[in-house]
Amino acid sequence: MIEMAVTTRSAALAAAAALLLAAPVRANPDPADWPAVLAEARGQTVYWHAWAGSARINDYIAWAARQVRARHGVRVEHVKLSDAAEAVSRIVAERAAGRHAGGAVDLVWLNGENFAALKDQGLLFGPWAEAIPNWRYVDTGNPAVTTDFTVPTDGLEAPWGLAQLVLYRDAARVPEAPGSMQELLAWARAHPGRFTFPQPPDHLGTTWLKQALYELTPDPAALLRPAAQADYDAATAPVWAFLAALTPHLWRSGAAYPQTGPRQIHLMADGEIDLAISFNPGEASAAIDNFELPDTVRTSVLDGGTIGNASFLAIPYNAAAKAGALVLADFLMSPAAQARKQDPAVWGNPTVLAVDRLPAEDRARFEALEPGIATPGPAELGDPLPEPHPSWMVRLEEDWIRRFGVSR
Amino acid sequence: MSDDTVRTRAAPTARGRPRPGALAWAPALTLGLMLGPVAAGLAGTVAPALGWLPALGGDHLGTDAFEALRAWPGFPRAAALSLFTGLGATLTSLAAVTLICAGWQGTRVFHAIERGLSPLLSVPHAAAAFGLAFLIAPSGWLARAASPWATGWERPPDLLILQDPNGLALIAGLVVKEIPFLLLMTLAALGQVPSARSRTVARALGYGPVAAWVKTVFPRVYPQIRLPIYAVLAYSMSAVDTAIILGPNTPPTLAVQVVRWMNDPDLQLRFQAAAGAVTQLALLAGALGLWRAGERLAAGLGRRWIERGGRGRSAAATRVLGGGAAAATAGALGAGIAGLAVWSVAGVWRFPQATPDALTWRSWERYGPRLADPGAETFILAGAATGLALALALACLEAEQRYGVRSAGRALWLVYLPLLVPQVAFLAGLQMLALAAGLDPNRGAVILTHLVFVLPYVFLSLADPFRAWDRRYAAVAAALGAGPDRVFWTVRLPMLVRPVLTAAALGFAVSVGLYLPTLLVGAGRVQTLTTEAVALASGGDRRVIGVYALAQTAAVLLPFALAGAVPRVLWRRRRGLRDD
Amino acid sequence: MTDAAGLRFDRLSITLGRNRLVTLDGHVAPGDVLTVMGPSGSGKSTLLSVISGTAAAVFQVRGGIHLDGRDITGLAPEARRVGILFQDELLFPHLSVGGNLAFGLPPSVAGRRERRRRVEAALAEVNLAGFANRDPATLSGGQQVRVALMRMLLSEPRALLLDEPFPRLDAGLRDRIRQAVLDRARTRRLPVVLVTHDAADARAAGGRIHHLDPHEAGTDLRPSPRTGDPA
Repeated sequence: MIEMAVTTRSAALAAAAALLLAAPVRANPDPADWPAVLAEARGQTVYWHAWAGSARINDYIAWAARQVRARHGVRVEHVKLSDAAEAVSRIVAERAAGRHAGGAVDLVWLNGENFAALKDQGLLFGPWAEAIPNWRYVDTGNPAVTTDFTVPTDGLEAPWGLAQLVLYRDAARVPEAPGSMQELLAWARAHPGRFTFPQPPDHLGTTWLKQALYELTPDPAALLRPAAQADYDAATAPVWAFLAALTPHLWRSGAAYPQTGPRQIHLMADGEIDLAISFNPGEASAAIDNFELPDTVRTSVLDGGTIGNASFLAIPYNAAAKAGALVLADFLMSPAAQARKQDPAVWGNPTVLAVDRLPAEDRARFEALEPGIATPGPAELGDPLPEPHPSWMVRLEEDWIRRFGVSR
Repeated sequence: MSDDTVRTRAAPTARGRPRPGALAWAPALTLGLMLGPVAAGLAGTVAPALGWLPALGGDHLGTDAFEALRAWPGFPRAAALSLFTGLGATLTSLAAVTLICAGWQGTRVFHAIERGLSPLLSVPHAAAAFGLAFLIAPSGWLARAASPWATGWERPPDLLILQDPNGLALIAGLVVKEIPFLLLMTLAALGQVPSARSRTVARALGYGPVAAWVKTVFPRVYPQIRLPIYAVLAYSMSAVDTAIILGPNTPPTLAVQVVRWMNDPDLQLRFQAAAGAVTQLALLAGALGLWRAGERLAAGLGRRWIERGGRGRSAAATRVLGGGAAAATAGALGAGIAGLAVWSVAGVWRFPQATPDALTWRSWERYGPRLADPGAETFILAGAATGLALALALACLEAEQRYGVRSAGRALWLVYLPLLVPQVAFLAGLQMLALAAGLDPNRGAVILTHLVFVLPYVFLSLADPFRAWDRRYAAVAAALGAGPDRVFWTVRLPMLVRPVLTAAALGFAVSVGLYLPTLLVGAGRVQTLTTEAVALASGGDRRVIGVYALAQTAAVLLPFALAGAVPRVLWRRRRGLRDD
Repeated sequence: MTDAAGLRFDRLSITLGRNRLVTLDGHVAPGDVLTVMGPSGSGKSTLLSVISGTAAAVFQVRGGIHLDGRDITGLAPEARRVGILFQDELLFPHLSVGGNLAFGLPPSVAGRRERRRRVEAALAEVNLAGFANRDPATLSGGQQVRVALMRMLLSEPRALLLDEPFPRLDAGLRDRIRQAVLDRARTRRLPVVLVTHDAADARAAGGRIHHLDPHEAGTDLRPSPRTGDPA
């Protein structure tokens, strides 16, 4: 009953009782006994719930599925989602209906609030992530792989890829990337209607607010502690002043916002905006390759650094094929899979592995990769800033919605 | 005679009537299949709205969720927006359909409109919204066509056309899809009233063609299309996909916000979402009440207007407006789909170019082969759900006529409940029911779910022609020695082939377009063209959206084309059954 | 019993709610015609639907109907063997002329060729030889009536009901067709019930005339809670 270790609610105890009563109950796989996991996984079908809004990502997932089938005899079905929250909804509904085993989700690609919600509700299997073979290569020096939006992962999810907030611009129209929020404000004043960001509570839009907070707040160190321990009003006042100045110069004067990150690509392709934000340093290169953006687009970060985090793989407490999910997750963390994922021609998503600790042969795979045309190298990206404590995000979102989100 | 079927029997005598057999249970079975899921779904929404959802720690009843909803600063505007866009879209659609029929019924233009209806009905709502968005955006096709030579725009102007705070773009997006649906229903209703004769009589009395139609035909057609109008109102108020693409977001309509909360990682928002869904239901009830009141007022005013006897000779204005409405609808949908088609083969395509720099088959090469599996699944689901719905609807209607199954006959309007209850108000509960019933997320479960949404449309489309069928044919056949089954299979069904196939095509279209029900009950494992399209569209690539929108449209166009062609071929030598 | 053959009404009464529409008692011998006359709304067509078994459930029927000694009151319409001709010909529009006739032919007439032969013979009898493959909608009014008549006769009915027949034919053609129908009924020794408001029909039929009294139903239409059941 490993997955019950993290729950305290009486509901979970009742669930455990129901699980014990319901036959047949298969013992959960033990990731420490890897040969047993491999043996149990063989022949299983893993339903991997993953966002499917990108042809490149879907192709990569299909490739991984073929590899795991060939290597370990595990069938992988990509359940295509438009939002990871759909998988969270499913798991919640299954628990509400008393389906504590044989759930529909075996592995889910998620991070941030979705993880926090599942962890908080005791809906995850584990810990397992730090016990599987390929964990040894993970860059544990990077706090982003063990804390997800400041919530400790506790081995309940395995890091899969890195993300960092970046700006991209059409360099043919914006030769110099703004290096700070104040530079950006000055640029927007000079070019009204040519910048926008996804509407909070979209998580990219919210991250943008947090980025502004980092740069403008008098004491950035306070952001790592709960907002209740700081003078929230004083800490955020500069952000609201900045947004009040910026909003009239936004696209549509702030009366409408793109609803998702990818929507900004349309707007830039149509010439409506010249500057946008993304969580994937390789996104602009991929869009150029896909004819979605002109090849004059370039990616940059702010001078003071930008917020970074990781995305993860987790296994629900009631997954039907836990062993198969473990095998798939381990493969996805392998140097071969991670190197392919970082290849700008395939996906362009930075690895979570510590490349310098890899065997020479695997290291060579990474060193051979060509950067994408609009993708900044690790040196340009710099060290990511850690996510502020989640309590800041909750209040920032609420206040932004009250001040800007519903006022038009 | 049609009254007999709903009237109470004074003293039931079995004399001369066949004893009800298995068929007599059809209405009860159908109602069970429909009401079970809807009732369970509503319960599964009302309970969390009142604070009850033990899986998320909700274990006491209260109004906290409603208070949280009221505390959301966007609430008044979102609610007002839902009402305004819903009523606005419905009123506009009804006005357009009335103008089209009043101005053109009985002309060759009208026949052309009738024939053009199927393709317009086939365009999925979301695809229509995407198409319209690309058409009217400041960087859209219309602006491109006129730039820079006429407008001087080298860059798209920063104009708020889409997602405007008053929801006008949303209303436009709804109207272009609701006009074809309402027109289809009106055409069926026109077949039930002697419209041509009424009009001839009125014109002989000196009325202009439009006045003749509005004064003699409309009052009899309206009661027949009342229910479809309510369905349009309910749909327009609660549409999510169209509203996300074209509607405002600061704040959005209530339905969109409910879906956002439902999908929010903060699971405590589920309670607020449920309260929002219940509020949405109350808003709809209010809107329907408002509409009913409007009907009474209009009826009163209309009667006085009719009795004043004005002849209204000039038809020109109505014709222009009606023709304009039809042309605008067809143009918007046609150009929208054409725009998506061009995007599906576009290379780089920037503003202000009216056409792409280069054309490429890459998107089709990439996604075309992947259309096969979800395409087959789509056809299997839609075919099975539509087949079941047809069988049930025919069984109910036949039972009603054969036995005058009274109570069920009266209760049958409940079949339309899924048309009127917003999806957001019962889908979460429906999923819970499927899980609690131990339904595995497989094809069978999804077919049963689709049935809940398909059956009302099939019933809606089939009931009137079925009930209007001249029962003396049955009397003649019986006098010739044919039992009720033989009458049904060899006389009634063949004569009703056209409405049956139209109902099937409509049901098929509904099934193809279902997203949330497929996702929730199928756990994402049952993948259709629509679930794939929505998942891929989340990446925002218009080329992919173009490919899938065309595939969806084709999937629906096929049955509509068959529904048109089969009777034409079958009855090519039977003038009595040709409709022209 | 001498009057076993033919159509016998045994104190038949049809009421709708409190209103008695029709009362009928008597016998129509094979080959005889009973003409029922009355203005619109007096229950003429209801009477025919009760005899043929297709009346709506709202009507209350008391008494009995016997055909050739058999009580048909409770039988399903298709089991009564009562042929009916309506005002409209009601040829099935989805079938050819031959298909319509074959529909009437009982299944006991077996074999494609035999059935075909019977259909052709029936057509020839009314001067429509060669019409089997025609679309009924392309026939003239008089031709349609003749097809409807032969379709009914092919089903081998034991009684014949005529519901204000042939209203759309011009006077001369109407006389001839009416005569043809009545002649065939006589030759086949079928009892006939003719419902009409046209005195010419009644004269041509030549049998007894039963008048449905509109006042009886009319008086009963007044709501009078004090007076009991008029029956």
